[in-house]
Amino acid sequence: MLAQFGFGVFVLTFMLALFGVGAAVVGYFSKSDRWVETARRAMLLTFPLITLAVITLAYLLVTRHYELQYVYSVTSNDMPFYLKITALWGGQAGSLVLWSWLMSAFASAVTLRKWERDRELLPWVIVVTSLTLAFFLSLSIFYENPFARWWQTTGGDFVARMFAPAGAISFTPSDGQGLNPLLRHPGMIIHPPMLYLGFVAFVIPFAFAIAALITGRSDDRWIRLTRRWTLVAWLFLSLGLVLGMRWAYDVLGWGGYWAWDPVEIAALMPWLTGTAFLHSVMIQEKRGMFKQWNMLLIILTYALVIFGTFLTRSGVLSSVHAFAESAIGPMFFAFIGITFVTSVALLIYRWKDLRAEVEMHSLFSREALFLLNNLLFMGVLIVCFWGVIFPLISELVTGQKVTVGPPFYLRANGPLFGALLALMGIAPLSAWGRSTFKTLGRALWKPSIPTAIVPVVLAILGVRNWIALVGFTLVAFVIFVTLYEFWRAWRKPNLKLTRRDQGWLIILLIPLNIGLLVWIFLDLSNWLTPVIFMLLTFFLAAIWLLARRNPRRYGGYLIHLSMVVMAIGILGMDVYQTTTQKTLAVGQNIQISGYTLRYDSLAQFPYTDGRIVTRAVLSVFKDGKFLDKLYPRYDYYPDGQPMTIAGVRSTLADDLYVVLVNWENVSTAQAPFKVYHNPLVNWLWIGSLMFVFGFLVAAWPERELEKGTGKI
Amino acid sequence: MTQEPNTMPAPKRGVPLWAQILVWIGLLGLLGLLAAGLLKAKNPILGVSSAVPDFKLTLFSGYEYNGAPEVKLSDLNGKVVVVNFWASWCQPCASEAADVEAAWKSYAATGKVVFLGVDYVDTEPEARAYMTKFKLSYPNGPDMGTRISQIFNRNLGVPETYVVDQQGILRFIQIGPFQSVTEIQAIVDPILAGR
Amino acid sequence: MKTKKILSFTLYILLFSAALIPAVKVSAQQPTPSDDQVNAIARQLYCPVCENIPLDVCPTTACHQWRELIRQMLTEGKSEAEIKQYFVDYYGARVLSEPPRSGIYWLVYVVPPLAFLAGAYLLFRALQTWKRPANVSIKGADQSSPPGSEPVPDKGSNGAGDDEFVARLEEELKKRK
Repeated sequence: MLAQFGFGVFVLTFMLALFGVGAAVVGYFSKSDRWVETARRAMLLTFPLITLAVITLAYLLVTRHYELQYVYSVTSNDMPFYLKITALWGGQAGSLVLWSWLMSAFASAVTLRKWERDRELLPWVIVVTSLTLAFFLSLSIFYENPFARWWQTTGGDFVARMFAPAGAISFTPSDGQGLNPLLRHPGMIIHPPMLYLGFVAFVIPFAFAIAALITGRSDDRWIRLTRRWTLVAWLFLSLGLVLGMRWAYDVLGWGGYWAWDPVEIAALMPWLTGTAFLHSVMIQEKRGMFKQWNMLLIILTYALVIFGTFLTRSGVLSSVHAFAESAIGPMFFAFIGITFVTSVALLIYRWKDLRAEVEMHSLFSREALFLLNNLLFMGVLIVCFWGVIFPLISELVTGQKVTVGPPFYLRANGPLFGALLALMGIAPLSAWGRSTFKTLGRALWKPSIPTAIVPVVLAILGVRNWIALVGFTLVAFVIFVTLYEFWRAWRKPNLKLTRRDQGWLIILLIPLNIGLLVWIFLDLSNWLTPVIFMLLTFFLAAIWLLARRNPRRYGGYLIHLSMVVMAIGILGMDVYQTTTQKTLAVGQNIQISGYTLRYDSLAQFPYTDGRIVTRAVLSVFKDGKFLDKLYPRYDYYPDGQPMTIAGVRSTLADDLYVVLVNWENVSTAQAPFKVYHNPLVNWLWIGSLMFVFGFLVAAWPERELEKGTGKI
Repeated sequence: MTQEPNTMPAPKRGVPLWAQILVWIGLLGLLGLLAAGLLKAKNPILGVSSAVPDFKLTLFSGYEYNGAPEVKLSDLNGKVVVVNFWASWCQPCASEAADVEAAWKSYAATGKVVFLGVDYVDTEPEARAYMTKFKLSYPNGPDMGTRISQIFNRNLGVPETYVVDQQGILRFIQIGPFQSVTEIQAIVDPILAGR
Repeated sequence: MKTKKILSFTLYILLFSAALIPAVKVSAQQPTPSDDQVNAIARQLYCPVCENIPLDVCPTTACHQWRELIRQMLTEGKSEAEIKQYFVDYYGARVLSEPPRSGIYWLVYVVPPLAFLAGAYLLFRALQTWKRPANVSIKGADQSSPPGSEPVPDKGSNGAGDDEFVARLEEELKKRK
């Protein structure tokens, strides 16, 4: 009953979305406000409807309705409640529903704003968002239906359909398959929603861009209107990527966070163009240039979002990540064909109208450096895109499969990312408009001096690897430039605190620090951590206040800073990671990078949700001193799927990461262990936290900024 | 500096023709590529009634066909060819191995049917142990570079068996193990008789 | 006679021992390669049957056999290049972590740098065009400062202040098109 209800709501929403498209087109061409308003209301109505369907699906998931194929495939009796909710996006059908729900939510939010000034854009924004919504709904209705149920046909086969095949009887399994164990991890729980938030949010600027192209607007109004959407989309896409890295590191058991797998790259590509777009629109807002290029970038970003979603789900690519092959491939292909061709045709048609009077005075101006930034990002994009589709091409031509893996990407992208690192240091010191080699040089020499010392110090400390030397020097360069900029801001007069600032400082800082003081009193022996946190709160508050002069600028610096901190982690891992594997009898040692690990014991026991846990205990020593005990284990779930959890010891300097190798022979007498030494890896996660802070500084709503007086 | 505001400003160039052509070729090329990829994903297996491309199977030492250490499909024109993919690490392959050997024996004397065993991504010592264990007497060889399996099934699993008729046309596909000798004979006999 | 017998017997023993020496030499080969030595090669290869999983972390029985095969080949003294070539011959080019540099596979290495250079060239040309003073005039339309005011360059500090005006100007112009 409920399943039919949910499906009916889907169909209704689908028709409503299509109606909205029609009404908007009619409204635009007949210049009828009434039709456009009807379209707007249709769009708004889709959101409560889809929400209803989502709630229905969630209810069915939680109440063990295993007669539904989707519920059967992602839930089981022994799963806890919260996991059953997250199972909503644990499979192909459910995740497509999540996509549709988010699309409807964002489109409704955009439709709700006041439209007086931009009335002519509204119909086309509705058309683009409604078409995208209708497409994803059609996938759920016709191909991957979460409300399809199990039937047993007269021939004895089990099929999943929405409506009963002739003569078939309904079938209800007694238990579900349960969620893939790899997906039962916090990182995996929020990583897909974050990515989808990012993907779907990019549809909004795209819709406005298309609307601007169709209506022949050549100003940058659409950029201003969607600036917040672009920022939010980029934030969630970045977070989604980082969460994916963290999940891979925690749960996949190969001591790494990024494998240059095609599906990972499919999510990275829109981020690359999105970042280029984020920078490039700043030039358009500031200098009125590059309208054509910005149009192209946002169209590319949307195209890559759809393309990436297609690659992951159509079975065209082989990957550990990919969803099982499904029938949605052709439908997706048709959608891609239509959207790509239409967007390209529109852009070519309007190309000359977008042309602006471009005045570039100097190759050393900030505009030129931003262009270089874009070129480098596009370079990385081309490497990634080509690497992903080349196996397809090669197989079609030669019939043989081939793999494009990490060595290719690292070798090609390394120098490009290195150049981007350097740019992050140089660009903040450049000026808009006129700038010469001399003026840039004058700005750069001060941070360059401490930077020049860094490789010398590193060489003295024994660093010989040239990638590490160059990489860490560039990182130091950006850090020094950022510190320099903040120091200059500090030196400027008139650092006033508004009443609002004072209020927020009091509300946030004082309770926080009182809490930390209480913590110190409760545990006097462990005073260092809370004291560090107290200093951190004041430090962050100071940065926040400094940044208020120009949040976009200083927030941007903080984001760059967070990126280079992440680069520290990446360099440490890529250059200095070591690994070793050995089968140990109880009491034996394995050594790596100065650490000694001793195999103490092994135990096997069942857990509450039915899995069998095999867990080893190891003691870690360094220079003879005992440091810690580690508990690597692997879990076998009732459906036979194993999950490896590493035993990890984390410090700022490195991670010691031990895996119980479950594919060789494991017994209490002897067990094989694989140990990874991951230097500096935690700076990746620290950097991502800094990223969030930097983003908040940059994007926090500023009443003064809305009037457009902010300078970069 | 004296243009009235309501005349068009100096004509702006659109996208140059060469760029347009390049963009469209690129876009259509990409779409074509995706379409081909999708088709391949949908139809990974060689279709029944299609001609089987020629391939060469280099046999394990100790096996030979007509005195040569290798056999080409084209050499077997006029005979029914049963191509059986197996691997030593595959349990279901072991379950059917005896039946396949027995079926081969039943046809060996006629000289009209040839069984070819193709060892799919395996290691030689383990493969030899397998062949010795099941006393496989028909020609067996490793699928070098997975070239032969790619002809039949892009996503080959083991065991799979493909029956090719006397004119080189694929007539039957078996995914998974055979259950008995009679099952194999029931498939081969009609083809042998020309039906 | 007895001496002769003892001598010939001793000779036989010596000859027999001499024959054993090569055998002893052969069995005293390298000690069994450690897991690390095997993994150093395995991590450069991909599992021939699984999707995109490196051979050193692949959990299947088949992968276990392949790692043992690598161990065996290392014991026989084969070099890393020989082992990788063996895997390519037997299992196809897909086991390598990047395409071999031969035939059509050269394209994967050559296209990105060429595309990047093409992009850089286009950018360079565009920058050149923009640096030329504005002969092709755009009078009063688009994003220039209001006619009659300061010359077009040095828009640097105007920022968004112009945009209100410009937007209205554009709407005006469009109405007249």
